[in-house]
Parts: sequence; C-alpha cells; structure tokens
Amino acid sequence: MKKSYKIEVDCPNCANKMERAAAATEGVLSASVSFMTLRMTVEFAEGADEKSVMAQVAKNCKKAVSDGEIIL
Amino acid sequence: MTKKHKKILVRIIAAALMMVVLAFVDTHLWLRFALYLLPYLTVGYDILIKAAKGIYNRQPTDECFLMAVATVGAFAVGLMQSGDFNEAVFVMLFYQTGELFQSLAVNKSRRSIGALVDIRPDYANIECDGKLERVDPYDVPAGSEIVVQPGEKIPIDGTVISGISALDTSALTGESLPRDVQTGDSVTSGCISLTGVLHVRTEREFCDSTVSRILELAESAAAVKSNPERFVAKFARIYTPAVCIGALALAVLPPAVRAVMGMDGLWLDWLYRALTFLVISCPCALVIGIPLTFFAGIGGSSRAGILVKGSSYLELLSRARCVAFDKTGTLTRGEFSVQGVFPAEGVSREELLQAAAACECSSSHPIAKALIKACDTVDRRLVTDIEELGGMGITALYNGVRLASGNAKLMARLGISADNADLPGALVHVARDRAYLGYIAVSDTLKDTAAPAVQALKKVGVTRTVMLTGDRGQAAQAVAEALMIDEVHHSLLPEDKARLVSDLKSANNTVLFAGDGINDAPVLATAHIGIAMGALGSDAAIEAADVVIMDDDPLKIVKAVRISKKVMNIVRQNIVFALGIKGGCLALSALGLAGMPLAVFADVGVMVIAVLNALRALNVNRI
Repeated sequence: MKKSYKIEVDCPNCANKMERAAAATEGVLSASVSFMTLRMTVEFAEGADEKSVMAQVAKNCKKAVSDGEIIL
Repeated sequence: MTKKHKKILVRIIAAALMMVVLAFVDTHLWLRFALYLLPYLTVGYDILIKAAKGIYNRQPTDECFLMAVATVGAFAVGLMQSGDFNEAVFVMLFYQTGELFQSLAVNKSRRSIGALVDIRPDYANIECDGKLERVDPYDVPAGSEIVVQPGEKIPIDGTVISGISALDTSALTGESLPRDVQTGDSVTSGCISLTGVLHVRTEREFCDSTVSRILELAESAAAVKSNPERFVAKFARIYTPAVCIGALALAVLPPAVRAVMGMDGLWLDWLYRALTFLVISCPCALVIGIPLTFFAGIGGSSRAGILVKGSSYLELLSRARCVAFDKTGTLTRGEFSVQGVFPAEGVSREELLQAAAACECSSSHPIAKALIKACDTVDRRLVTDIEELGGMGITALYNGVRLASGNAKLMARLGISADNADLPGALVHVARDRAYLGYIAVSDTLKDTAAPAVQALKKVGVTRTVMLTGDRGQAAQAVAEALMIDEVHHSLLPEDKARLVSDLKSANNTVLFAGDGINDAPVLATAHIGIAMGALGSDAAIEAADVVIMDDDPLKIVKAVRISKKVMNIVRQNIVFALGIKGGCLALSALGLAGMPLAVFADVGVMVIAVLNALRALNVNRI
C-alpha cells in the first residue's frame, strides 16, 4: 500500500534526510520525499498498521530534521 | 512572501543596520566582541538553536551546524588575533540572505508550476428551484445534472444534455483550438466552457473524473526519482562529512607539521582556512538545482499536454534509441474511409456505392461505417433479408433486388468473377443480381503529422523505428512505406507485441512504445517508456503508461523527447557548474587564496545561479 502525505520542510537537504529517516522506520518498505511538491510518498510493508507506523515516521523525521513536519 | 520570510527579512535588515553603526564604534576588544554578538545573534540565533538540536540528536552534519562552527570559529580567530569580528557576522548574514532567496525562488517556482497544472475546479453549479447553487464537486453524485456557465471549468466528466459551447481544452491537451460541443457529446472535466451555457449529466464522481486522476498523477510525479537526483542525494551525504573531515585536517595537520619542522605553526591562519572550507561545504546548489530542473521540466511538459509520471522517465526519454509504434489510432486515425471507387464497365460510381452502402447499412463494422458515410442516398426501409456471412461479407435485398458486398471469397462463393487489385487496405467487392458491379478500396487514413513525427524522431537520436500492428501484411507495409518506418511486424496479437518489445529491449538501449492505450496496456508496461496517446478518459492507459499524451498528435512524442533532452542538458550544466565552482573554491581556500566572502559566494551564489538555470526548463514553448 502506498500513501502520500503533505510535509513542511525548509531545505532540500533536509528533505533528503527526512526521506532516509522515513525509509529506515520499521513497517516502511520505501519512502520518497519530494522537496518540490512537498510530499512524502510512503510504501508500507505487508500487514503494517498505517497509523502507528506513520506516528513513528513522524517521530524519526523530527529527530533527523528538527523543523520538519509531516501533516498526518 | 510568507510571514516566515518577512520575519527573516526584518532580522537581516536589523542586523545589517547594526553592522553599519558598529563600523563607527572603536572600543576595547571584549566590549566590541559583546557588541558584535548583538547583530550576530539577531540574524543567526535560530541557526545556533538548530545546530544544538542536531548535536543533541546525533546528526551534527547539517548546514546549520557547519554555519555555527564556522562563525563561532571566526569569532575565536577575531578574539585571538585580528580583533575583527565583521567576517563572522557577515557570513551569517549572507547565509541567511541566501537561504531567504532560495526559499523565495523555490516558492515562486512551486507556484508557477502549480499554476500550470492547476485544473482543479473549485465548485459545481447545481440548479435548485430555478437558482444556481455552488456546491463542492466532491458532493455531486454520478448522474446529477450540473450547469456550466461560460468561463467556468467543467468540474466532472459527463454528457451534454442541452446547450452548445466551445471548449478550451488547452489545460489538458495543450491544444489551443477550441472544440465545439453540443447535446449528446461527452465532455471532460478540466476543460473550460467558453461561449454557451451547458447542462451536463455527470457520468462519474469527482474523484474518478479526469481532472482528479490527472492531478493525482501530477502530484505523485516527483516520487519516481531519476539517476541524477539519486546521485545528488548520495553525493550530498558523502560530500558534507568529507569536507568537514578535510576542514579538520586542514586546521590541524599543516600547522602541526610546520611546528614539528621548527617553523611558526600559524595555527590561526590554518584555522581560518578550515572555517572557510566549512562554509563551502553546504551542498545546497546541487541538492536544489537538480530536482528543481526535473520538476520544472515536468511542469513545462504538462503545459504542452504531455504528462510525465516521474523524473526518471524524462531521463529515459532523453536516451530513446528505438521507437515502436502501434499503428491504428497512433499513426493512423483509426477511422476507415473510402479511398477509391472502381466500378465495372457500364456501372456508375454512384450505383456501386449505393449498392455497397445498402448491404452494409445495419452493420457497425468500421469498414461498413466508411461505406455508409460515403453514400447517403440509401433508403433503409427498402433493405430486407440482411444476411451476414462471417469472414466474407453481407447479402441483402434492396427494393427486391439481391445485392452482395464483401471480399473476394464471397464473390467466389457466389460464382461471380471479381477483379483483383493490388491496393493497400481492404477491397469490398459488390454484386447485384449475380452481376459484378466493381470494387471499393477502403482503408484507414494516416494522421497528417505521422510522417513528420517519424522524420523528426530520427533527428533527435532515434536510430530504429518499428511498427507493430495486428493488421494484415499489405495494409501494414503500405503505411510503413508511406511513413518511412524501418521495420514492420504485422498480424500480431497483443501478447506478440509485448514479446517483440522485450526483444527490442535486449537489442537496443532504450525502447519507447507509443500506443493509443486500447488493448496495449501490457506493451506499455513492457517498454522502457510507454507512451499512451489520446488518453483522455482511458483509465487503463493512464495507469499503465509512463508518459501520457493528452491529445493524439504523434508530433508530441518528438516534443516529449526534445523537452527531456533540454532538461538533461540543464541538469548536466548544473552538476558540472556547481561541482566545478565548489571544487575550485575549496582548492583556493586550502591554499589561503580565498577568504570567507568567496566561500559564501560558492555556497549561496552558485545556488542562486543553479535555481535560475533550472527554471529555464519550464519554458517548452519553442522546443
């Protein structure tokens, strides 16, 4: 399952960092962040619970980029 | 300019004013240091906070950290040696100004690209007690009647119940000529009604309408990243830490060696050079320049009616070497028409056409339609006893007279000797009362732009053109010859086409397949790049293709390739330019030939130039 979320981030390098942080989260198969469209596309692993995974993704992204925001 | 931007701008101006005042203050070193901290903190406090957070989260290599280290270091050099704090504050000031500019430029391009694909209708009009009411298009169920006034966007796909208007389809197709619609025509959401009021019966819900599907496609386009984008992301990951290590080495090693050799270590000089290194180390120009170029290219092509599903497809398009076409509907119109009428001796042209049209009058076969269209003097009430002979033709009674229309097999079966002709397309032989009347040549017509498109493709690097078709040999050969296509494969089933395309893939670098999206979804998916043409309203094609051309003009394939080449050129320019300048500045600063001002240019100036260059990709009009 793939879903796309709006994000807020200031610099392109930060967007790349958020992408890596999201992709490294458990339950996420792959993640792609576009700085230009300010969107994060997340592909969830089989049987992953979207809500709890995204909460963790948001937490990890916050850690990587302190002023990055995912709008859930 | 958003609130955030204004706040930063105010801080920048305030700090700059303070610097002007401080230029006239001459006092004790430590007091000056304290005074200079004021503008420094005014303009850079958030950077310091972010840097601290980065250290706390053990991710210390972001640009805030670098800026913090560089400026704090510059203060230290000032305190210990030069007594000059200008540089530390200026670096922070320039950095913030550059960031502000970058943010504004990116916002602007986001908006201008967004405006290109902004076909989202805000409301739908529903007539209620004689009054028009604006409702959210999401709330309109399929089968409702909506009203579209002149100048408004059609919000939902549907059929015109009443009204006549001209539609501006340019937002969807890039085609500037308006399309006339009247009662009974189907209309696509996203078009603008120009002249008249239309009452439309909606056929889908908003979320399934063309407009929503296209927007979804455009929004997810950036998710499929190209090689240069991945390269840049990877590069940025290595580059920043590498420069930091370089800076550390520069600060420690040369002075240590000098000290060991008994010379003056010049520790502070080398520290200054190392700090300059740090300022250059931000990979912004690359990280913003490359994705922005692709994004602008995708935005520009969507304005031309070409939807590219991701930047990696732009990259592949630019390397297209082999193009395979579907025939019907892609190179030809997909509509048959009468190409020649050849009556037998003593038979008039009109007689022959009428007899054929009478036989075929109730058939829905494309050839029958062409014959019916060619003759409008048939009185359908006089046609009786229609008998269809599968694979051969039709016999019928017209005004009591026995007519037969079909291929040579039918004539043979009826014992009538038919003329034989070597013509492309289908031959329809006609007989009346066992007497041969002659034959009519019917074939599919080529699109006007098909031949120029094939020629132009050869000029943009395509070395092999192939036509794949389910049609019989002769018709296929004729089309290929007329268009000067290199290879023809005919009598193919859809699975044969997919197999042939994967054969082409193993023989050639990059294979592009263009089809009309009907029945060739598997082929579209097999090719490196599948281009669906005339895909308005065809769900399967939009799903399976990598590039969707909104109208059915083959020249758009050429345009797509040209746009991709321009985009890739800009990408290469940006990579070479950014890396070149950064590398040069790093070398100069290591040698002590460049100070912080040049470093700030290498960081911010290069980024600005890369952004401006990237935005050139938006302009695709004259490609």
